[in-house]
Amino acid sequence: MEHIAIADQVHELHHPKSWFTTYIWSQDHKVIAVQYTITAVSVGLVALGMSLLMRLQLGFPDTFSFIAPYEYYQYVTMHGMIMVIYLLTALFLGGFGNYLIPLMLGARDMVFPYLNMLSFWVYLLAVIVLMASFFIPGGPTGAGWTLYPPQAILAGTPGADGGIFLMLVSLAIFIIAFTMGGLNYVVTVLQARTRGMTLMRMPLTIWAIFTATVLGLLAFPALFVSAVMMSLDMKLGTSFFMPAILSMGETLDHDGGSPILFQHLFWFFGHPEVYIVALPAFGLVSDVLSCHARKSIFGYRMMVWAILAIGGISFVVWAHHMYVSGMNPYFGFFFATTTLIIAIPTAIKVYNWVLTLWRGNIHLTVPMLFAIAFIFTFIHGGLTGLFLGNVIVDVPLSDTYFVVAHFHMVMGVSPVLVVFAALYHWFPKITGKMFNKTLGMIHFWLTFLGTYAIYLPMHYLGFLGVPRRYYALGSTDFIPESAQTLNAGITVAALIVGTAQLVFIVNMIWSMSKGKKAGSNPWGATTLEWQTPDTPPKHGNWGPTLPVVHRWAYDYSVPGAKRDFIPQNEPEEDASASGNRD
Amino acid sequence: MAQEVLTNTGESIAVPDGLAGVASDWSADKEAFGVPWGKAMMWIFLVSDTFIFASFLTGYMTVRMSTTVPWPNTSEVFALTIAGQHIPLVLIAIMTFVLITSSGTMAMAVNFGYRGDRKKTAMLMMATAVLGAMFVSMQAFEWTKLILEGVRPWGNPFGAAQFGSTFFMITGFHGLHVSVGVIYLSIVAFKVWRGDYARKGNYQIVEITGLYWHFVDLVWIFIFALFYLW
Repeated sequence: MEHIAIADQVHELHHPKSWFTTYIWSQDHKVIAVQYTITAVSVGLVALGMSLLMRLQLGFPDTFSFIAPYEYYQYVTMHGMIMVIYLLTALFLGGFGNYLIPLMLGARDMVFPYLNMLSFWVYLLAVIVLMASFFIPGGPTGAGWTLYPPQAILAGTPGADGGIFLMLVSLAIFIIAFTMGGLNYVVTVLQARTRGMTLMRMPLTIWAIFTATVLGLLAFPALFVSAVMMSLDMKLGTSFFMPAILSMGETLDHDGGSPILFQHLFWFFGHPEVYIVALPAFGLVSDVLSCHARKSIFGYRMMVWAILAIGGISFVVWAHHMYVSGMNPYFGFFFATTTLIIAIPTAIKVYNWVLTLWRGNIHLTVPMLFAIAFIFTFIHGGLTGLFLGNVIVDVPLSDTYFVVAHFHMVMGVSPVLVVFAALYHWFPKITGKMFNKTLGMIHFWLTFLGTYAIYLPMHYLGFLGVPRRYYALGSTDFIPESAQTLNAGITVAALIVGTAQLVFIVNMIWSMSKGKKAGSNPWGATTLEWQTPDTPPKHGNWGPTLPVVHRWAYDYSVPGAKRDFIPQNEPEEDASASGNRD
Repeated sequence: MAQEVLTNTGESIAVPDGLAGVASDWSADKEAFGVPWGKAMMWIFLVSDTFIFASFLTGYMTVRMSTTVPWPNTSEVFALTIAGQHIPLVLIAIMTFVLITSSGTMAMAVNFGYRGDRKKTAMLMMATAVLGAMFVSMQAFEWTKLILEGVRPWGNPFGAAQFGSTFFMITGFHGLHVSVGVIYLSIVAFKVWRGDYARKGNYQIVEITGLYWHFVDLVWIFIFALFYLW
């Protein structure tokens, strides 16, 4: 069956006809990306607010009468779930994936724009359902973000009146939205690249988002199934996850289910999810580092293979979250081994980032500062991951603040720093305006130093044995008084970092209208999205003809070239020709 | 033997066979698979859907192990008495036969689609949809029979409560897939009949619909083997 590749087709692009179809009900990947980003950042702010309320309670117990214990658990739960899924997953894949995939590949749009548009609206529905749980009797779920049964199903858990059920419904809707978007991202990368854009010429951002999306398409089904089964347990009285149980003096109608089954299903999703968030961060940071160090990425091929290896291995490490669940210890041995193996490709990536910086012409711009900061926080978070990957170390540390410090460092702070790096880096392309550098610097230093002030002491609290998930420590003999002082200090730092994010938001909003004009390629970057005929790119991205790619994405400081970068779409003869074209 | 492929500029390039061909596809620009994007998208969706059914079936096997009550004897529960004969699993056997037959008519529809035979394609697709609707109807009959016998998601008179839970959940989810497939087939069959694809000269959508249909059929084989026969 003969057919024509998308890059060779005379494209019949959908053209919006009114303001409404241009900016709201839009099929343009760039508009959808902005919609995703704004929605994700908005719910992220809600989750940030809840984390500050938690810190207030932990830092100054018995001070804030408006934080009841059940509310504290609701903050913990909603903060975790929103940050991991509704902020980071949606922002990296729905936001950056949508914006960058077609532009970096030289495509006019996603392969199935209508489905892509529905993806956003269904995501918005998932967010609305989630937010609705704040306004129902009993409030949102407080079962912990992992929603472990039997606790999540029993009466008495905060949110048992309906908040937990709304969370499950919202997750199922989110997964449908993700699938619609994810199919678009994967197929666009595979089938809609422009002439000359081979897989091994793609920027690492695309490789990482592509792999993360594949992980999502294979991992989210397990969460979907566990959400369905838990809803049935809750609403129809089935016993998938519920063993025979005596609750508040009454024997429940459940019998013979397996709570561990939920944990396996949840973490079969949950561990790849870590990499669904981390891989796009790896990709974006590679491009930002290479561009601002004016140097090709070190070991491009190894970077690609490392992304794929991490993606593959991430499916066989899930039970390292379950060492203390009572599962067979032999499983622990297997999963500890795979967990330590996954550190190898990850370490390759870290070495390659550092070697990219080595003897580079480093420009300490705002995005570059965030990217370098990511290397710091990621190494710290990664090393504590090696501690926790070993069963024997994990068992005593598992229920302490050490775990909180570890995963906030590796999965919270690190990806968020990349989000900032990427937002600052691509802001001039998305809006056509330059952000305010001073405000950017203030935002960076407060955030970077502040996160260390928050999370470094938490490692120490963990070693002291301070348990996580507790509303208040009370009078606990084995914990010294000084732990409370440290907790208060952490809270002060958290409040400062939380407030510092307002600087970022003000900067973005102000610069969007009042910022200086940025020009089409302010950073001197090589990748295709900086070579568009218009800035911000118009609908269809490329004007009458698609760009043709002649080289890989990292031709920085090439000896003999007339500029210190050669765009991917510049032919050999133009790149080396004498004379200044600019 | 290497195949000759015509590019857009009219020059012909040799595409090697076997592994070398796979390597050349993946190292090419523009696209990794020599297929339209719709087909690639359906493939990837089906891989994702496979993980949903795999999770359901894994969940079923786990609760079957974890429950302390004996599992009901499926060949007895799903037996029908027809004309005085007590036949185990007879309805399921007929349902399986109907669904596999529908895969046959679907394959023929794809074949006639690529030959550009508008009427036969539409007829065969409608036949597939009708067979699918028959399958769903028989499933409705089976559900009704079990519900009348007292089988509920939370318990049943034959043994472990999880039997009813997994039965309704898994066959329900599969039945939903078949029902969606019947609607999908009917819409595409109608558009084939109206001549939409004949005008474009492109019957690709028939094959894409077929991919989904064969997948639903294949999933049933696993449900049949793991739930009914085991």
